[in-house]
Amino acid sequence: MSAARLEALAPSGQRGRPVYELRGVSKTYARRNIQALGSVDLTLTEGSFSSVIGASGCGKSTLLKIMAGLVPPSAGRVMLAGSPVTGPRRDIGMMFQQATLFPWKTALENVVLPIEIRDGKAAARAKQGEARALLELVGLKGFETVYPGELSGGMAQRAAICRMLITEPAVLLLDEPFSALDELTRDYMNMELQRICMARNATAFLVTHSISEAVILSDTVYVMSPRPGRFVEAVEVDLPRPRTLEMITTPRFGALVDRIRSHLDKGSFL
Amino acid sequence: MSDATLRAEPAPGDTVWVEQVSWFDRIPRSVAMALLAVAFIAIWHLVSNFGIVSPIILPTPAETLRHLIFVGENLLTGGYMLGSLMITLQELVISFALAIFIGFTLGVLVGETAFGERAVMPYLVALDTMPKVAFAPIFIAWLGFGIESKVALATFIATFPIVVGTAAGLHAADENARMAFKTMGATRWQTLVKMKLPMGLPQFFTGLKIAAVGVMAGVITGEFLGGGKGFGELIRVASTNLDTARVFALILYLSLLGLATFGLVVWLERKLVFWQRSSVRTAG
Ligand SMILES: Nc1ncnc2c1ncn2[C@@H]1O[C@H](COP(=O)(O)OP(=O)(O)OP(=O)(O)O)[C@@H](O)[C@H]1O
Ligand SMILES: [Mg+2]
Repeated sequence: MSAARLEALAPSGQRGRPVYELRGVSKTYARRNIQALGSVDLTLTEGSFSSVIGASGCGKSTLLKIMAGLVPPSAGRVMLAGSPVTGPRRDIGMMFQQATLFPWKTALENVVLPIEIRDGKAAARAKQGEARALLELVGLKGFETVYPGELSGGMAQRAAICRMLITEPAVLLLDEPFSALDELTRDYMNMELQRICMARNATAFLVTHSISEAVILSDTVYVMSPRPGRFVEAVEVDLPRPRTLEMITTPRFGALVDRIRSHLDKGSFL
Repeated sequence: MSDATLRAEPAPGDTVWVEQVSWFDRIPRSVAMALLAVAFIAIWHLVSNFGIVSPIILPTPAETLRHLIFVGENLLTGGYMLGSLMITLQELVISFALAIFIGFTLGVLVGETAFGERAVMPYLVALDTMPKVAFAPIFIAWLGFGIESKVALATFIATFPIVVGTAAGLHAADENARMAFKTMGATRWQTLVKMKLPMGLPQFFTGLKIAAVGVMAGVITGEFLGGGKGFGELIRVASTNLDTARVFALILYLSLLGLATFGLVVWLERKLVFWQRSSVRTAG
């Protein structure tokens, strides 16, 4: 499918100016010469929520790492807010599958860690009030001085969200952030995520294996082909916002899920 | 739910299946240890008192206790033995400090830089496989019969486990932790100091505990072979005089010193690696 048609499918222009722009981004890992990512074109508009879904090993994490400036692309261009991404940036917040809180720091110290690293200890202390407010927002009030070893998986993941949000990033890159959680906690976290993104007008890009998770959260769901990954379809989700978990039972939701599944089936995997 | 179902007591006729633990495995730790000690001393007493072995080879417990009290009195009243102990203690402290400094520095070089890993590590591995005690005559030839040669040997022995522990610790951080630090824009120095070093503390302390044992062995071996005025020399003299009970008593006090060193390291580990007791670190 041509890049032009995919652009037409994406709801650009509806929500505002483009923030992320990827043109012809591909990646071949030098070691063992694996082409992980085909040519990817992508435009994310301000305040939009997009998901990418595809088979295991098709290059989703690779794409996200390139977008975050953690790995350089083999070819192509990544622009964020008008300047090229050449390394980790303050306006990018990233979250991984594992919470990776550091066990020698309390929940609060973990949350302000990005500030400590970028601006020093004094700045981190100054942000503690804000960090407390964030922890309260995700239901972790009273756990500020607790060490990660005493938090449950879901609580640790919520603290990790706060750590991502403390720098007030304009874009959130999320690599299967809740896949380690049970379904109930996961639903709850997804609704939290939507609320936070809407409140901050943050642009979000989510990697997931769950079709229903992608549909309930996204404005656009990108379907990726098996390795080397390439977008084969951009499915626009026209459910109204804010989304609720009840929408899962609506016929429209079912139709969207079926449509994405049919594209995944064509790629013959899962 | 009725009251009856909550009661723990089984009704008569109910089949009860509980885990069986033998009386032997139910003895409390302190009692078990005391029992074993009493049994050991009793056998020792029997073997040494009835002419089965000569007192030169195995003194009686009573004789050993007499020497234990004598040495203890000498140490407490500031006798010549206290002077010896102080020399040994001094060697121990200097050697351990040097080993930690050199071992940590080399460990960071090996664990953090490609040059260290490629060029330095192979030599360290080669040196580590050598019987390090065999270097004692060289250290004595170079540094004489003072404390320097003992310090050199003990440092030499204790450095390697610290290098290995430090380097292994720096490799302990997983890909997730590295990526997380990278996204936060951490410099290499920040990643080392704020993440890799704390993450590697457990491995570092494993090395330190091995070194604590090694440094003691190094100091005493140095004193056996290189003379001087330390505690090892007292043992050597007593042994030459066939005064085995004295040797036993001296070794017991020396063990206390070793235990204290080891205990200090364990205490420090508990303080610094407080999070290890709860093993959950990440979600999932
Ligand atoms: N550092 C690396 N060096 C070499 N090859 C890599 C590296 N990272 C990933 N790959 C390869 O690139 C391909 C895509 O990997 P990637 O992690 O992007 O997949 P993914 O879509 O995120 O998969 P999953 O859904 O299982 O997380 C895989 O075939 C993988 O083996
Ligand atoms: Mg992945």
